[in-house]
Amino acid sequence: MIFLNFFISGISLGSIYAIIALGYTMVYGIAKMLNFAHGDVIMVGAYVCFYAVSRYGFNPFLGVVLAMAVCTLLGIIVERLAYKPLRQAPSLAVLITAIGMSYFLQNTALLLWSSNPKVFPSVIGRGAFKLFDGALSVSHITALTIGACLVIMVVLSLFISKTKLGKAMRACSEDKGAAQLMGINVNATISMTFAIGSGLAAIAGALLCSAYPTLMPTTGALPGIKAFTAAVFGGIGSIPGAFLGGLMLGVIEIFAKAYISSQLSDAVVFGVLIVVLLVKPAGLLGKMTQEKV
Amino acid sequence: MTMRRLINLKRVEARRIYLTYAVVIAAYVICQVMSSTGFLSSSMRGMLVPICAYMVMAVSLNLVVGILGELSLGHAGFMSVGAFSGVAAAFLMQGVIPFAPVRLALAMAVAAVFAAVAGFLIGIPVLRLKGDYLAIVTLAFGEIIKSILNNFYLGVDSQGLHFSMLTDTTRLLKGGKLIIRGPMGISGIQKIATFPAGFILLMIALMIVFNLVNSRSGRAFMAIRDDRIAAESIGLDITKYKMMAFVMSAALAGSAGALFAMNYSTIVANKFDFNTSILILVFVVLGGQGNMLGSIIAAAVLTILPEKLREFSEYRMLLYAVILIVMMLATNNAEIKNFLAGLNPFRRKEEAE
Repeated sequence: MIFLNFFISGISLGSIYAIIALGYTMVYGIAKMLNFAHGDVIMVGAYVCFYAVSRYGFNPFLGVVLAMAVCTLLGIIVERLAYKPLRQAPSLAVLITAIGMSYFLQNTALLLWSSNPKVFPSVIGRGAFKLFDGALSVSHITALTIGACLVIMVVLSLFISKTKLGKAMRACSEDKGAAQLMGINVNATISMTFAIGSGLAAIAGALLCSAYPTLMPTTGALPGIKAFTAAVFGGIGSIPGAFLGGLMLGVIEIFAKAYISSQLSDAVVFGVLIVVLLVKPAGLLGKMTQEKV
Repeated sequence: MTMRRLINLKRVEARRIYLTYAVVIAAYVICQVMSSTGFLSSSMRGMLVPICAYMVMAVSLNLVVGILGELSLGHAGFMSVGAFSGVAAAFLMQGVIPFAPVRLALAMAVAAVFAAVAGFLIGIPVLRLKGDYLAIVTLAFGEIIKSILNNFYLGVDSQGLHFSMLTDTTRLLKGGKLIIRGPMGISGIQKIATFPAGFILLMIALMIVFNLVNSRSGRAFMAIRDDRIAAESIGLDITKYKMMAFVMSAALAGSAGALFAMNYSTIVANKFDFNTSILILVFVVLGGQGNMLGSIIAAAVLTILPEKLREFSEYRMLLYAVILIVMMLATNNAEIKNFLAGLNPFRRKEEAE
């Protein structure tokens, strides 16, 4: 039963990673760049939600919606200002810019909201479901996180496969030039991808801080890196891969904390990533692309 | 060997190398004179050794980022391997070698060896990957090194060395001493790092890097950077050359780490985190990828500047972030590039030659 408890908290943490990883993987799939600043968008989302709820007395769900709106806008602005001018630049330049953007967001947050940790109010209280006569307790936030992740996965998959915009996104990730010839507005599609990813990051931020209620300007950094690890783990560019990678990474992390050592859990997580990349250099569900000369 | 290579070089390249040495030597002499005549404040004097260490870090990272063209986000990891192994070595040699400069030199050599071994071990998996994947795995290794050193205990007693992970189970005999104490790091370090030692290390690092860059291997590095597939098709062993650059860079970072650590009385693994790796990357990017003199100047300026602008210290990292973004946007924009080239007569002349 203890094992099951760990497993469920692993799935819950993994669901958060999966939601964040979706943002990384979608942006990578379409713009072929690592948006290093994605983790910090989570933090911004959590702060917006925190202030909306605790300072201005918003309903928590309304707070999340507001955070989504702010983050969506932020994602579009960041893309316009920092990444769009570098479409043709070497990937090293784009990656360094993204790292710079991550630092920019973190330090702006530090100046705006100070480094004092804030105690984040849970979006749905601290209750728990008791199963098997109380032997297994699943907190509401855990259940909500897993539920939210499933809903997001289903909606996003439908969006990508059925709608016109989703098709445009797939076309752009396949071949930008050909997509443009077919009359798809490539720039708008890329902006759209950033917007969706950043909106999801806001949800992830609220869920993350509900489960682990300390909010600081650096809150998003480590989950961001781990979610990125999850995206690479599952095969970056692949949406089911992000889902699978996120869940697996969450479970591995919780098990490593429980059965190996809590201080070494990060080392175990990154160690697993390295092993996976050695065996499958494109990740679990990623496609190996052959370079043509 | 060095001289013959330099004579055979193209004039522009040779001039750049001589200029780099000249600037470093001149800066050293000026600092020494200012320091002995009391023009340097004590806080500035205290920064001389860390600046040297950061310069060596920047030069060594530039070998990987600028010359080899691979992004390494875990360079601080090698620095910490060097720092811990170097300080431990210096401590163990305390009774055997009483003369501090020799001890320091040996400690830096030990640090270089340990970091090179770490670089080699990490290089085996890392260098099979490419591009963004490679960058992220170096980041992962930086974090792994940090977590391991944070949980590493090393002690010495009459029975020899003892080490353990996670908790202190070294069970030292009476009279033994715990050198590395997990998250507490190493304390009570003898501060034997000196500015001349830092200068010599920087000169050695520059000689190694320039000699390597202007050799057959160096040309191979640049060929791999410019077009990996073309380089592979003319028979270059990509992994071998990448490994060579990576290990050399790690070794230099290791000795820089030892120098850095022995300037302080306490050192902890958390000092060498992702932020430190990024800081060094900023030096390289700001100084110009592949330009060693640029890296050195950037390292010096960006270490001194925050000290001089103490009242703006909270804006420091924000400023770094903006510098990174603006540099990248500017250097990848054709119009701005032409504009800057027009402003800078020196550069234009060099390119025209």
